[in-house]
Amino acid sequence: MIAEAGRFLVALAFIASLAQMVLAWRGADHGGLEGWTRAGRAAAEAAVASAGLAFLLLIIAFVQSDFTIAYVAGHSHVDKPLVYKIAGAWGGHEGSMLLWCLLLAVFGLGLARVGPREPAMRSRAVSFQGLLQTLFFGFLAFASNPFDRLDPAPVQGNDLNPILQDPALVMHPPLLYVGYVGLSAAFAIAAAGLMQRSGGREVAAALRPWALGAWTSLTAGIALGAWWAYYELGWGGWWFWDPVENASFMPWLLGAALIHSAIATEKRGAFPGWTVFLALLAYVLSILGAFLVRSGVITSVHAFALDPERGVWILGMLGVSAVAGFALFATRAGSLGEGDGFAPTSREAFIGANNLLLAAAAGVVLLGTLYPLFVELLGMPMVSVGPPYFDATATPLMMAALALLPLAPFLPWANGGAKPALRQMRAALALVPVAAAGAALLWFGAPVMAVIAGALGAWVLAGAAMDAVSGIPAAKARGAKLAAAGRALAHAGVGFIALGAAADASRPPDINAAMAPGETIEIAGHRVTLREIARADGPNYLADRARVSVSGRGDLFPERRFYWGADQHTREVGLGSGIEGDVYLSIGEARPRADGSTAYEVRAAFHPLIWALGLGASLVVLGGLLALIGRLRAPVLEPRRKAGAVAPGKGAAPEPAEAGA
Amino acid sequence: MLKSLILVLAFAAAQGPDLPADEEARAQMLMREVRCMVCAGESILDSAAPMARDMRVFVRERVATGETDDEVRQALVDRFGHEVLLRPPFSGGTLALWLAPVIFLLFGGMLLAGAMRRRA
Repeated sequence: MIAEAGRFLVALAFIASLAQMVLAWRGADHGGLEGWTRAGRAAAEAAVASAGLAFLLLIIAFVQSDFTIAYVAGHSHVDKPLVYKIAGAWGGHEGSMLLWCLLLAVFGLGLARVGPREPAMRSRAVSFQGLLQTLFFGFLAFASNPFDRLDPAPVQGNDLNPILQDPALVMHPPLLYVGYVGLSAAFAIAAAGLMQRSGGREVAAALRPWALGAWTSLTAGIALGAWWAYYELGWGGWWFWDPVENASFMPWLLGAALIHSAIATEKRGAFPGWTVFLALLAYVLSILGAFLVRSGVITSVHAFALDPERGVWILGMLGVSAVAGFALFATRAGSLGEGDGFAPTSREAFIGANNLLLAAAAGVVLLGTLYPLFVELLGMPMVSVGPPYFDATATPLMMAALALLPLAPFLPWANGGAKPALRQMRAALALVPVAAAGAALLWFGAPVMAVIAGALGAWVLAGAAMDAVSGIPAAKARGAKLAAAGRALAHAGVGFIALGAAADASRPPDINAAMAPGETIEIAGHRVTLREIARADGPNYLADRARVSVSGRGDLFPERRFYWGADQHTREVGLGSGIEGDVYLSIGEARPRADGSTAYEVRAAFHPLIWALGLGASLVVLGGLLALIGRLRAPVLEPRRKAGAVAPGKGAAPEPAEAGA
Repeated sequence: MLKSLILVLAFAAAQGPDLPADEEARAQMLMREVRCMVCAGESILDSAAPMARDMRVFVRERVATGETDDEVRQALVDRFGHEVLLRPPFSGGTLALWLAPVIFLLFGGMLLAGAMRRRA
C-alpha cells in the first residue's frame, strides 16, 4: 500500500512541477501578478506537499522494514537501529534522489513566496525552477523510483553499508543537498533575470541571499563529511582529493566566488555577466557532482550506489540544464549591462582577483577529476590524478587568495588606493614573517608549503580580527552590523582552516605495531599502552573492543566490528583530543606470536591542531548565517555605492544603505 | 620450532623490515603518494587491503636498501604502470593537466583586466 501511494505521489509531484513550469511562465508573460502566477504557486505547493508526503512514506516503510520495496530491502535490516532505519531513507541512491527532488520543490515554493521582489522576474524564476524539478522528478519516477516493488520479497534486508551506519549520516547528506539544490534557486533567478532582461545589479541582488544560504549549508555538509572521513578508517583522512570530494568542492569554490562577485555586482554594477554566469555554472557543476557520484565512471571510496544507466539520465539532465542556461546567457548577457571600470587597488579588483583564483582552482579540480576519464577514452597510458597533483596546483591558487583576503575589506570601491589599508594592516603585515618563522620552528622539517600556509592562516586571522574591530562598530544598522560580523567570522574561519590544514600536512609518521596487552609504544610524546581486548557486540554487529591507555589522554576504545547483515568488517577508531592535537588509534587483526601469545595490529597516528579545521569550518558556517540574516534585514536592492566609498568607518562618505535603513 | 619460525617470518613479512625513524618517515611519505591498485582511490599508507600491505613491504624493502625516492617510484611504475603513482607524470599526455592553472589564470586575468579598464 505504501509503495503504491508513494509511486502515485512521485508521479503527482512530477505533474505538479510540469504545471508549475507552464503556469508560472504564462504568469511571467502577464507581468507576474495575475491568476496564472497564483496557479503556478499553487502547483509549487502541490509539488512540495506530494514530495514531502512521499518522503514521509519512505521513512515509514523503513521503520516498518517493508522489504516488498526494493530500495528498503537493499538498504535496511530488521536489526538495524531505528535512527539508521530513518537515515536509510537518504542513505542510498533512490532515496537521496527523492530528497534532492523534495528540496528542489521546497526551493521552488520558496522562490514563489519570498523570491525576487519584481513580480514578473519572480514568476519566471519559479518557472525555471519548475523545469529543474520536472527533470529530476521525471528521473525519479521513470528511472530510479524508490518505491519499486521487489517480488518475491526477501525475509531479511541487505542492510545499509555498515561504514555508513554512523551518526554523521543523519545530517551530512541533507546539509550537502540543501547546498547543491539551493544553488538551483540561484540558477533559476539568473535564468529568469536573463529572460526578463533585468539589469545585472537587480539579478545579483535577487540571487545573493539564495547563493549565500546554499553555500553556507554546503560548507557545513562538506565539513561534516570531512570530519566523518577523518574518523572513519579507509576514507583517506579528512581530505584526500577523491573524485566525490572534488565533486562537492567544485560547486563550493564557485559558490564562494559567487557570493563575493554578487556583492561587487550589486553594490557597484561590476562584472554583472560573470556573476550571472557563475550562478548558472555553480548549479550545473552540482549536477555534474551527482553524475560523478552516481554513475561510477570514476572510482571513489565514497561512491555507494553505482549504475551506468542512471548516469546517462543524469548526464541528460545536466545537458538540458546547461544548454537552457548557457543559451540564454549567450543570447541575452548584453542586457545585464557592462559595469564601470575600477582601479587595480579597488575593492572590485580584489573581489575579481578572488574570483579569478577560486574559479581557476575549481577549473583545475574539474580537469584533474575528469582527466583519467579523458585519458582512458583517448586510449593513452593510464595515469592517476591524486592529492600530489591538486596540492601542487589548486592549493597554491587558494593560498594566493588567502594572501589577498585580509586587505580587501579595507579597500575603497572603484578608484581604489591601497595606502590607507596597508597602513592599517601594518601590524598584521609585520606578523607574517614572525608567524612564518614560528611555524618553521614548530614544525621543523615540515613541508615548505605547510609553513607558508600556516603563516597565511595567521595573516588571515589577524586581518579578520582587525576587520571585526573596525567594521562592526562602524556599521550603523543592525543588519549591516550582522553582515560585518559575519564577514569577519567567516574570514577568521578560513584562517583557522588554513592553520589546521598546514599543521596536518606536517604531522609525524604513523606507527604500525603488533602489540600484546601490556605492551607500550610511543607517538608524538604520548605513551600508548594496550590494556585489554574485550567483546563489545552491538545490535547488528559483533565487536572486539580494545582498552588503550594514552598518557595525557586517558583510556581510548578503538573497535573492530563485524556486521553480519552485510557480511563486512569495519574499524572504529579511538580518538584522544587535546590542544596540541589528536592521538588517533585503530586496531586490526589478531595474530599469534611465536611465544604463543596473541598480538594485535595497532596503528597509531598523531594529528596536530586538527581542531583548527573543525573550529574554522564552524566559524565559516556561523559567519555565513550571520551574513545571511544581515542581508535579509537590508534593503532588497542596496543603493549603489559611490566611487571611493570604503568599508564602514574608514572616514569616507557615509554609507547610504545604512543611513536609509 | 619450524612452526614458530614461520610465524615470525610471516609477521616480519606483514610489516616489512623495521626501519630507522628517518627512513620510516621517508617510506611513509612515499606510501602516501602510491595508489592501492585494488582499492577505490586510497593510498597504500591508508588501505587495509592485503595487496596494499604487500606494496608497503615492497616500499620498505627498497627504502631499506638505500634506494632514492625516484628509484622506488620507478620500480613501482615498472611493475604496475604509471597509474600506481597518485602524482601524474609530466609528459606529453599530461601537458594540458599541468599547464591548466597557468592557462586559467592568463585567460581569467585578461577578462579581469578588461573589466577593470571599462569606463561607462
